[in-house]
Amino acid sequence: MSDHEYTPKSKVGKWFNDRLPLLTLANHLTDYPTPKNLNYWWTFGGILTFCLITQIITGIVLGMHYVAHADLAFQSVEHIMRDVNYGWLIRYVHANGASMFFLAVYIHIFRSLYYGSYKSPREVIWIIGMLIYFLMMATAFMGYVLPWGQMSFWGATVITNLFSAIPLVGESITNWLWGGYSVDNPTLTRFFSLHYLFPFLILGLVVLHIWALHVPGNNNPIGIDIKKPSKDTVPFHPYIVIKDAFALLIFLLIFAFFVFFSPNILGHADNYIEANPLVTPAHIVPEWYLLPFYAILRSVPDKLLGVIAMFAAIFVLVILPWLDTSKVRSTVFRPIYKQFYWFLVADVLILGYVGAMPAEGLYLLIARVATAYYFAHFLIILPFLGLKEKTTPLPLSITEPVLGGSADMVMARNNSDFKEKL
Amino acid sequence: MKIFLKLTFLFVIILSLISSRAIAAGEQQELLKVDWSFKSFFGKFDRASLQRGYQVYTEVCASCHSLKHLSYRNLAEKGGPEFTELEAKAIASNFEVTDGPNSDGEMFERPAKLSDKFVMPYSNVQEAIAANGGAYPPDMSVLVKARKGGANYIYSVLMGYDEPPAGMELDDGVYYNKYMYGNKIKMSSPLDDDIVEYADGTKATVDQMAKDVTTFLQWTAEPHLETRHKLGFRVIIYLSVLTVLVYFSMKKIWSRIETKV
Repeated sequence: MSDHEYTPKSKVGKWFNDRLPLLTLANHLTDYPTPKNLNYWWTFGGILTFCLITQIITGIVLGMHYVAHADLAFQSVEHIMRDVNYGWLIRYVHANGASMFFLAVYIHIFRSLYYGSYKSPREVIWIIGMLIYFLMMATAFMGYVLPWGQMSFWGATVITNLFSAIPLVGESITNWLWGGYSVDNPTLTRFFSLHYLFPFLILGLVVLHIWALHVPGNNNPIGIDIKKPSKDTVPFHPYIVIKDAFALLIFLLIFAFFVFFSPNILGHADNYIEANPLVTPAHIVPEWYLLPFYAILRSVPDKLLGVIAMFAAIFVLVILPWLDTSKVRSTVFRPIYKQFYWFLVADVLILGYVGAMPAEGLYLLIARVATAYYFAHFLIILPFLGLKEKTTPLPLSITEPVLGGSADMVMARNNSDFKEKL
Repeated sequence: MKIFLKLTFLFVIILSLISSRAIAAGEQQELLKVDWSFKSFFGKFDRASLQRGYQVYTEVCASCHSLKHLSYRNLAEKGGPEFTELEAKAIASNFEVTDGPNSDGEMFERPAKLSDKFVMPYSNVQEAIAANGGAYPPDMSVLVKARKGGANYIYSVLMGYDEPPAGMELDDGVYYNKYMYGNKIKMSSPLDDDIVEYADGTKATVDQMAKDVTTFLQWTAEPHLETRHKLGFRVIIYLSVLTVLVYFSMKKIWSRIETKV
């Protein structure tokens, strides 16, 4: 980065900074040059940081009152809901917070897909991001098991059973994961332990994610490199800080609506029934944010291949920077890719929908087509399209489309885009 | 402000996903809908209805269904039936609990206190199942939250007893219910007109009792519902005002450069 040399004004500050340059870091974060044309889709990084911190804080308090034992877990959650001061608020924030976290992360990921933020030189940011996403799914899954309701128990049974598909060692691995011969108390206690650990791993990865971001700097809606930092960028504080704060507040309004007026709508009623190994619920469904992967898993007739397909669905995302051969980052200048992008969005939504439906008849057929298309998008369409597509001319700099005549063009295009979607 | 439209767009997608899931999952009869006082943004419990609902629970449901997550003190707490402390103590003292061991190492029986959990009708699940023809009468503490459709579902099941349609064979001890999953239920219709005598003079019709006991069960499942609504309203107001302030601050700050925000 082209950071100017920073020296603290006070003597104490200088003394400290020479020994540990925390103030230099703070100065870098405040002055960090940010493209001035970032739109609101770029505010989700800050929102996600907020979500993580909220989950950690509420989670730590819940951990003080929760009892990780198969006979007591459900009861201790009810104790939190009834007797702990504002326990109901803390738990509802934590439970709905997970959903809001995923809502934000999906927007963040699709933002990246639209504007090509995963492309050179930002591949490492992207890969770390995918690691975070993967850990988030693992954390959320284990967290859902902790209340020890029917969906907790049976969800855990279904997901851990996936590992039994591995040839030869599958069963041993599953037993090892369970700590026994079925999902039981040892499973619950280890899930609790890991559910407490993973958020801190995520936090560490978030630091790396931001560090890796601060090396090349932000991508932007035009997707071209910054030519003149003085003209094309604004300092992070106060410009981006206040904008992130505004977006966060809008996000919080939606969050608060769920917590206070519809706290259970995103969950499943069956999870208010205590876990019972002898009674299987009619439909076992994971939380909404895992549904697309669940649909991919079930669309493959063979169990092992289904598991492989599910993990491959995440893995294709990891190698995406090398699958997309186009040098142009922003979809704004890629008319054909733009259509495929929205097909992919629709495809993932369809996968999510059929993931919630029973895997039979028409639903299964749709799931299979959608799964095939998902992989085709990344493995066939993207590599070829990058080589064949005629992109529209790129502006000379960020300032040019923002200030000059072509600005209206770009904005008009973005606007008409959006209306079509509506 | 484009952001609002965009966020609404996403919001709608997610909500439609959820609702479509709800619709497709049940090929059941559509539930009866009641205009509950506790729904909506300012929803509160009808205090008298909660007290009557408690009466229906103790005199009818409690012989089979437990409320194991509740304590007698809850009956006197704010936002609930709000019996006076004396009334709640009197209610508690009607029940015997086992305590001990005392200084002689003996367990002993004593009347329940406010701090005690609701006494359960059966000492364990097996006993409950054995006494009820093989069906476990579920604990009612969070029953409203544990059923899709919530309060409307509970009310509908209570109102849904009917003659089975022609051709449907029912085993002994199995009853037909329009709204129950699979239409078969092992609980006989629990309510009959005037099965309880309300102290406040309200006529104890089946419909009235079903509404009262459902209201009561909504409270047992969500004892802090009133606080939640009240706090939620304040939080939304606070956030809205702050959002407006931050919006104008943002406009002001960004006006220093030419770029629109």
